[in-house]
Amino acid sequence: MQNDQLTSASERGPSGPRSRWTLPSWISTTALLLPTYGWLTLAVFLPLLTMFVFSFMSATPMGKAPIVFTLKQYRAFIDQPYLVGIGITSLLIGFWTTLFCAVLGFLAAVALVRSTFGKTREMLLILVLLPFWTNGLVRVFSWTMVLRENGFLDNLLHMIAPDAGSIGFLYTRYAIVVGLVHGYLPYMILTCYIALVAIDDAIIEAASSLGARWWTILFKILVPLAAPGLISGSVLIFIPVIGSFMEPRILGGRVGVTMGTVIEDQFTQAFNWPLGASLSFTLLAVVLAIFATFSGVLRRGTAA
Amino acid sequence: MKPLGRIYLVAILIFLYTPILVMMAMGFNASPLYELPFSFSLQWYQALWSNTVLLTAGLNSIIIATITAVLATTLGTMASVALSRRTFRGKSLLQLMLLPPIAIPWLITGTAMLIFFYWSGIGRGMHALLIGHVALAIPYVVLVVGTGFRTIRSDLEEAAMSLGSTPVHAFFSVTLPLLYPSILGAALFAFAVSLDQFVISYFLATPGYTTLPVQIYSSIRKGFTPEINAISTVLLLGSMTIILIFARFAKPGDTRDKR
Repeated sequence: MQNDQLTSASERGPSGPRSRWTLPSWISTTALLLPTYGWLTLAVFLPLLTMFVFSFMSATPMGKAPIVFTLKQYRAFIDQPYLVGIGITSLLIGFWTTLFCAVLGFLAAVALVRSTFGKTREMLLILVLLPFWTNGLVRVFSWTMVLRENGFLDNLLHMIAPDAGSIGFLYTRYAIVVGLVHGYLPYMILTCYIALVAIDDAIIEAASSLGARWWTILFKILVPLAAPGLISGSVLIFIPVIGSFMEPRILGGRVGVTMGTVIEDQFTQAFNWPLGASLSFTLLAVVLAIFATFSGVLRRGTAA
Repeated sequence: MKPLGRIYLVAILIFLYTPILVMMAMGFNASPLYELPFSFSLQWYQALWSNTVLLTAGLNSIIIATITAVLATTLGTMASVALSRRTFRGKSLLQLMLLPPIAIPWLITGTAMLIFFYWSGIGRGMHALLIGHVALAIPYVVLVVGTGFRTIRSDLEEAAMSLGSTPVHAFFSVTLPLLYPSILGAALFAFAVSLDQFVISYFLATPGYTTLPVQIYSSIRKGFTPEINAISTVLLLGSMTIILIFARFAKPGDTRDKR
């Protein structure tokens, strides 16, 4: 089998040996692709389809209640008005996280491109990206040590001003945003860095030799030219953030109720899978709408 | 501007590394309530050594990550050969189909897997975790190996074949050796993706079979001790090492022609 599929490639070779049992190339191509796409179908596409079906059920099909197909689950935002507030909270957390990441990350990328070069730049880039590839859960957990009352931040303050009160703000929405910014900032730095590196130095030299100040260069040249990096970074941060549940749970405590934690609760505590499925699908619809809106920018971003 | 930019970068690095370093330091602090002043102690690492629940979860994580790396790299490399070297209809659709595991929030994918695996009788546990982890890792493998394909020239294979080499022989003696840094990089990447995966594991793990991140999460929610810092430190240093080795092999930014 293995021999067959690879031998068939000889059709393309100018004078490759043709054996009489050569297979058409579409068969070998299919054989190469089938395991991957079969696996993805089983693990991703069929589950999403099943979840879609579940979102129309009246109850989880494990109890004794008879199952009826209904649109009830999608009326949750009307029947349970507190969900609207939770939805807004999630969007706001997503908005602030993305904004902070955009400002801090863009400036960091500018600093990387304009103030460093060669080995130093390479090393700094690796140092910036390294935390991104480590366990997100552990990094969120590490913020509890810094932000809690009498934690690292408080101790730092008390070294300077021993009588000051506590500035620890664990279990607030600010803590959630700080943890999320920490988690996703390297993403923004990377996408902006890729966009900024591509800008020709001569443009900036020309601008400054014509008397442009740094803020003119920043807002009139760097930001517009690096906009694809900024936008794709923002999209790729906003989407996971509005679906996050572990960060709000650990850093937000009792105030950390978001769409993510509500969905998690439906699956692990309330055992109302159809409601969880419909909320998950509503979230997915938001995600797809965002992708559709920015698909042009994202495609250019990945092609570069 | 140059010094200002560098000061800013240092500030960003301080922001990124402070919590991690504080967390690591607290694993060496004697107080179980994270109280200062700091007094050095290895007791949490010693306690870890006899904590079979965490150690078993850690071993599970390593086993799952290893199998995931092997399976995802094999399948992903095969798909990458077809996607990089063949032309056929529907290719861009297939490439698009690699995005959902990366782009859809894991919460959605994880809950969908929970529903489907329950409904279809696959159930939860180790096999379910493996199915999920491999699916998440495959797209990354295809991307990394695909990048590798772009850096080697197809005319080398064709040259070998026109000189009488069979395609199989050409693939294994010309393409594969040139591609091997990318494949190794992809395998390490898949290993790291699986090792760090929490959200999907959380929905597919059973009380009897958990991975390290899931076990850490439930420990954090139950009220934590510096033992969690100790195991977290081990996990972080492990992931960082793998990623640094990955960067060494795959050189993601390197697009020079390899001859």
